Amino acid sequence: MAWKNADVVVIGGGVQGCASAYNLAKLGVKKVILIEKNSICSGSTGRCGAGIRAQWGTEMNCRFGLACLDIFENLEEELGMSVGLNQGGYLMVAYKESEFDQLKANIKLQNSLGIRSGVVTREEAYTICPGLSADDALGFTFHQRDGHADPFLTTFAYMEAAKRLGVEFLKFTEVTAIKVEKGRVKTVVTDKGEIDTAVVLNTAGGFFQDVAAMVDLELPIHSENHDIMVTEPVEPGVCPPMLMSFSGNYYLQQRPDGTIVGGCSPIGHPMDSDLRSRFAFLEHMSSVFTKLLPRAKDIRIVRQWAGLYNMSPDCQPILGEAEHVKGFFLSGAYSGHGFMFAPITGKLMAQLITRGNTDMPIHMLHYRRFAEGKLIIEPAVV
Amino acid sequence: MAGICIDKTKLDDDDVVVCRCKEVTLKEIREWIDRGYDTFDELKRLTGVGMGACQGRGCRDIIMKEIARRTGKSFDEIGTGTFRPPVKPVKLGTLTAANKEDPWEGKVVSH
Ligand SMILES: Cc1cc2nc3c(=O)[nH]c(=O)nc-3n(C[C@H](O)[C@H](O)[C@H](O)COP(=O)(O)OP(=O)(O)OC[C@H]3O[C@@H](n4cnc5c(N)ncnc54)[C@H](O)[C@@H]3O)c2cc1C
Ligand code: FES
Repeated sequence: MAWKNADVVVIGGGVQGCASAYNLAKLGVKKVILIEKNSICSGSTGRCGAGIRAQWGTEMNCRFGLACLDIFENLEEELGMSVGLNQGGYLMVAYKESEFDQLKANIKLQNSLGIRSGVVTREEAYTICPGLSADDALGFTFHQRDGHADPFLTTFAYMEAAKRLGVEFLKFTEVTAIKVEKGRVKTVVTDKGEIDTAVVLNTAGGFFQDVAAMVDLELPIHSENHDIMVTEPVEPGVCPPMLMSFSGNYYLQQRPDGTIVGGCSPIGHPMDSDLRSRFAFLEHMSSVFTKLLPRAKDIRIVRQWAGLYNMSPDCQPILGEAEHVKGFFLSGAYSGHGFMFAPITGKLMAQLITRGNTDMPIHMLHYRRFAEGKLIIEPAVV
Repeated sequence: MAGICIDKTKLDDDDVVVCRCKEVTLKEIREWIDRGYDTFDELKRLTGVGMGACQGRGCRDIIMKEIARRTGKSFDEIGTGTFRPPVKPVKLGTLTAANKEDPWEGKVVSH
């Protein structure tokens, strides 16, 4: 006898799992169970920079970004709880000619899709971000509707709304195996008992590839450690927009509580998933902070931590159903943008599972693109 | 002779600020515990307790005890939450001065 049964089992209590569970229940799925091996929001979501933007360089990501902004702007009303949305904009900083050319090309594309971003002068950049010193930069672009939301509140808001719709959350419960029968998902095995279900959604974040391997699906995915840190709270207005640079390799932003959060990518993507804190990161990032915000030198750092980026060969997510196992759905490999996309991908995955089709195209994000050599080349990705 | 005497039984516990850094009251903590946020880490994520300048030195014990009292769980089960470096807040300028590298040098991301 199974311990429980469900219509859909969602594996992973990060923002993707919670947003998907909520949307599944909203579309009428009766019995949704979400399983989290630790506590809710203990994975990448609770460790992320939580930036949200529509300043992308491919049509697909621009459309996703725009759809997410539309949802985020009404999310508090929809879910009945604040998600800490803060639209201070993203100020992109270019230090190289080729980089600035790319940003300008991105702006053209964005504008053609209804995103009201644009190139701004240095003076304008200094008005948008009063603490900024970037005389060595070549150019800037800005979009006011970008910004960030609170990753914890967003996830908990989805969870609370999902609970009201009847979704069951099992925390401190780990999925250890998935039983497949005649090419279909049959049972999810956990350390607490077995759950019979015909549908599984894998939103296991940094462990996405491990859960896929439970149905013998080998994905070209790895998880990679990214460091991040936060300062004590200071007067607002030091850095209202998210400052971001691809060649400078940084993102940083002051949050509504006055703290400043910032991080960078590890050099050369070392395939390192060790989450221990590194002092070298603190030193490096402190130099970045004080170079960009010279007046910040007396602000104190209070905490550093690290989280996993789940990386695919083209740094774009994998969405869809497994080819050889009916009922096994995938939503992962979001690299550095899985928080911002959750409002739309949670919705699209719920549509795919319940209706077999989606409001926006996602077929190009199926994992078969790697075998077919149809990688998605996104120039605006960290 | 006793000095000023406060009748502790009349203090409304609920209004006590348990986390001074983030100004969170016992009432808020109790409400969230009762709604299932019964680990220190989850309360931290939801209300910010433990994430202030003192990094929980002022509030962790009180909140852990409250969780234990309301859920009947032991400290082990509740989890103390993660301690993060630096152990004491350190100025950005201090670390910058110690660091000789130019932050823009050799730091280009590979894609
Ligand atoms: C430092 C850093 C900065 C970032 N900045 C941004 C940003 O600015 N903007 C942005 O959009 N994104 C950002 N990201 C990326 C973002 O955090 C992730 O893409 C996103 O949170 C992924 O959400 P998720 O729900 O898929 O995964 P997670 O939040 O990791 O959730 C997956 C959950 O699954 C659970 N799980 C795994 N295996 C099992 C199992 N076998 N059984 C049960 N449970 C299991 C895990 O415990 C985990 O809680 C950043 C990431 C990091 C690390
Ligand atoms: S008192 Fe709670 S973080 Fe300082």
